[in-house]
Amino acid sequence: MGLQAVFFYLFAFVAVASAFMVISARNPVHSVLFLILVFFNAAGLFLLTGAEFLAMILLVVYIGAVAVLFLFVVMMLDIDFAELRSGFLQYAPIGALVGLIVAAELIVVVGGSVLSPQAAKSITMPIPSAVERTNTAALGDVLYTHYVYFFQVAGLVLLVAMIGAIVLTLRHRQNIKRQDISKQVARTPATAVEVVKVKPGQGL
Amino acid sequence: MDSFFSTYLWPAIVMIGQSLLLLVCLLVFIAYILLADRKIWAAVQLRRGPNVVGPFGLFQSFADLLKFVFKEPIIPAGANKGVFLLAPLVSVVLALATWAVIPLNENWVVANINVGILYVFAISSLEVYGIIMSGWASNSKYPFLGALRSAAQMVSYEVSIGFVIVTVLLCAGSLNLSDIVYSQKSGIGTMIGLPNSLLDWHWLSLFPMFVIFFISALAETNRPPFDLPEAESELVAGYMVEYASAPYMMLMLGEYAAICLMCALTTILFLGGWLPPLDVWFLNWVPGIFWFLLKGLMVFFMFAMVKAFVPRYRYDQLMRLGWKVFLPLSLAMVIITAFVLKLGGWA
Repeated sequence: MGLQAVFFYLFAFVAVASAFMVISARNPVHSVLFLILVFFNAAGLFLLTGAEFLAMILLVVYIGAVAVLFLFVVMMLDIDFAELRSGFLQYAPIGALVGLIVAAELIVVVGGSVLSPQAAKSITMPIPSAVERTNTAALGDVLYTHYVYFFQVAGLVLLVAMIGAIVLTLRHRQNIKRQDISKQVARTPATAVEVVKVKPGQGL
Repeated sequence: MDSFFSTYLWPAIVMIGQSLLLLVCLLVFIAYILLADRKIWAAVQLRRGPNVVGPFGLFQSFADLLKFVFKEPIIPAGANKGVFLLAPLVSVVLALATWAVIPLNENWVVANINVGILYVFAISSLEVYGIIMSGWASNSKYPFLGALRSAAQMVSYEVSIGFVIVTVLLCAGSLNLSDIVYSQKSGIGTMIGLPNSLLDWHWLSLFPMFVIFFISALAETNRPPFDLPEAESELVAGYMVEYASAPYMMLMLGEYAAICLMCALTTILFLGGWLPPLDVWFLNWVPGIFWFLLKGLMVFFMFAMVKAFVPRYRYDQLMRLGWKVFLPLSLAMVIITAFVLKLGGWA
């Protein structure tokens, strides 16, 4: 148990410290890099609790895909650091107010929530050991067997959101040269080449 | 005190020893892989390749190593120094960390974890950070363009690699890399009366996936014909432009470690890992590590040959191939494989 505790405090400390750095770093790219470090340590914490599948999915999805997009966007931004710093104090009161409201709401929601009796019962059930039931199989069972309809509905919601985003940003521009591979492949000498007999000194 | 030694210290020592052994072997191996790459490339172009240092140029990579280490590391004045030096470290550490779960032979693996293939996939999806960080921290145009290209390219091809891995997982029924190899002991070959042969391996039953995986692996490791992040004619050397000496060497090392990893992964997923190609006594007698190396080297030979004789893709063609060809194809194959397994009663 001792070794696990050491690793828990290591991951937790680095996660909290880099979460603090995310908001305090001057350079937004450094912020995103610290955010990646937070994700990484969160994955480590998942591993410690035995949730190996979740840890790996966190790495693949959040670090491998989402954070890359974050980094992309942040790197593209043209940021004037001096200007960014000058307005900080001006907006601090509003930011503090928003923070306070969110904190109060969180306290009300979390403090007032009651665990449903069924969920409370399932928490007290013993967790089967990794040898007899792997993480992956257990999660697959829950997602694709017990809650398959909810899973499908969630997928549909995401699909609708994706189509919406595409429709909103799609615009058909005229007069653009595009490469049509099938058209190119289908070309034959008969359709592509025209043999012209040119008389000397006259041109076409 | 005695229990502390037996529960913590001794396993730690064993694990560190195994890791060090694997790392040293891997680094020496990469040195010769690099030489082989250059020699094969030279042979295709009717040149000799490196042939001066040592017999047949066998020590060329070590001479290069010494030279890289003793040169002055140059850090551009406008560079973001911390990130600039961190980037090569990230790429090399991630590329080498993946090897912890690769089974080289039966039970020859440092960490035999349940979600091995996911771990490999996760860590190799992090490798893009080494490139983005180096491109951004260099604070110059070519590296930045190279890094952006590379990030888009690697993220795109990761999607199809993910689906290819899913089809293999469906057939193997496990995320553990050793179990994936064991699952290739029976298959098409067993059905037609050639059990434990090379026809059992996944390359035959999942042949389209094998091809997609190989091409995606080329794109994922930024190898030619998909080496657009470092296309010489457009971007000089892409994200590596501002690097010199040891940091440059680390970027190259990370790249070649990733290439070796992709070869090993192809071997494990499709070519039966350490299993012998035929069930004959003298082939079974040969140690498994030999078969693993042989198959891995065969895949690497293909990598090197593709580099030598396929012209470079244009960037929009690369994106088209990844998103419009490989993604629908691999997605369809996932569904088809799932249906075949379920209806055929194999699942």
